[in-house]
Amino acid sequence: MSTVRIPPVLREETGGNRTVEVHGATVAEALEDLFARHPELRQRVTQDGELSPFINVYVNDRDVRYRDGLATEIGPDDTVILLPAMAGGAR
Amino acid sequence: MSGDGFREVGVAEAVALARDGFQIIDVREQAEWDAGHVAGATLVRLADVPTRIGEVVGDKGTPLLVHCAVGGRSARASSVLAQMGYTHVVNLKGPISHWKELGGDWDEPPQLLTPSQTRRYARQMLIPEIGAEGQRKLLDSSVLLIGAGGLGSPIALYLAASGIGTIGLVDDDVVDESNLQRQVLHGVDRVGMRKVDSAEKTLAGLNPETRVVKHAERLTADNVERLIAGYDVVVDGTDNFDTRYVLNDAAVRLRKPVIHGSIYRWDGQVTTFVPFEGPCYRCMYPTQPPPELAPACDVAGVLGVLPGIVGLLQANEVFKLVLGLGQTLAGRLLMFDALGTTFDEVRIWRDPACPACGESVVQASTRQPTVMVGR
Repeated sequence: MSTVRIPPVLREETGGNRTVEVHGATVAEALEDLFARHPELRQRVTQDGELSPFINVYVNDRDVRYRDGLATEIGPDDTVILLPAMAGGAR
Repeated sequence: MSGDGFREVGVAEAVALARDGFQIIDVREQAEWDAGHVAGATLVRLADVPTRIGEVVGDKGTPLLVHCAVGGRSARASSVLAQMGYTHVVNLKGPISHWKELGGDWDEPPQLLTPSQTRRYARQMLIPEIGAEGQRKLLDSSVLLIGAGGLGSPIALYLAASGIGTIGLVDDDVVDESNLQRQVLHGVDRVGMRKVDSAEKTLAGLNPETRVVKHAERLTADNVERLIAGYDVVVDGTDNFDTRYVLNDAAVRLRKPVIHGSIYRWDGQVTTFVPFEGPCYRCMYPTQPPPELAPACDVAGVLGVLPGIVGLLQANEVFKLVLGLGQTLAGRLLMFDALGTTFDEVRIWRDPACPACGESVVQASTRQPTVMVGR
């Protein structure tokens, strides 16, 4: 299994879990398994069936946009990181 | 006349002898010489007098004025010279530090720092990579903080304390009681006060030398270029996406490095955007997310120490950019998880299709990159 790291803004959809263990040989398969476990995540992470433009997906420290996108292969020791933009700061 | 074959004079008389053409021999150490010395003098360290004096003074009848810091080492040197057969040796007995004020000619290197600056920043200047020159760079630098709140507080405190010369603050807010849990620039007596005024007061107490420039306004597309133009580095501690995108696009246009920090409950992120050298904010997130993805602290909550940790990581980036040292976070997003106490990072790349700094922009631009920092 691979690990998906859930960003703070999406943890309500995972019942507060910061990581979720998933099956899948590619990022797409891993995300499908993630959505099967936590259905509310689908609408937050995807848009019209595609990955939301506001969320970056990394395998370990690499952005999948610069690899094979959702087809990027993953292994059991890999971590998939979902990273939406974060704005909080000053006030 | 001393019994050792040389005469002794005070500083005032020595200044007169120097004008009369006495050759001046300074027997102090190199470091003392480097800090300042009598104009026209020659350095011959006390230990070197027997071996080197011959090449400096060929004629043993030459009138010599020998000095050190107060007259001890030079008395020994004078004695040696007399024994070597120098017939016209005068020892200066008195503090050479009075030489200049008694009208003597004095050479010294341009002083990078005042004595009080040297004392204040001594611990930092002991670091070999910094020294007086690095401290001078810090004192000459100007840093603009967007937000004088959670992230801005620790950043401003440490930048001021360690001698960043000019700190600009952009904030149109007033201090609220609910800010005090994390916004350590402000105290209970500041509630209701403008944050820029409160910050100015705190920073003046910490380092009166720091120039604090107050911009009591909200950063917008209309004022952003005016606000950032005069600064070397911009530190982004804003609480909303609008400001972050406006700032990013202007900073790329004006080629200002932006140090980005954001916080949310237990999590923080830091990176450094150096326009056209590394990615910008739009390379990561080309378009602005909907507001529900960015609840501010007043909705989502934030741990008090989190802006302290993230803000100081941002401040650390400021020092490296200004000093031109080390590796910044350009091209890396550092993520801190306070619950697990873990740091992780992902690589971020310049996007050739980036609407702000991508290839189309580079081709359209005729401006050459200019060095803003690290002078």
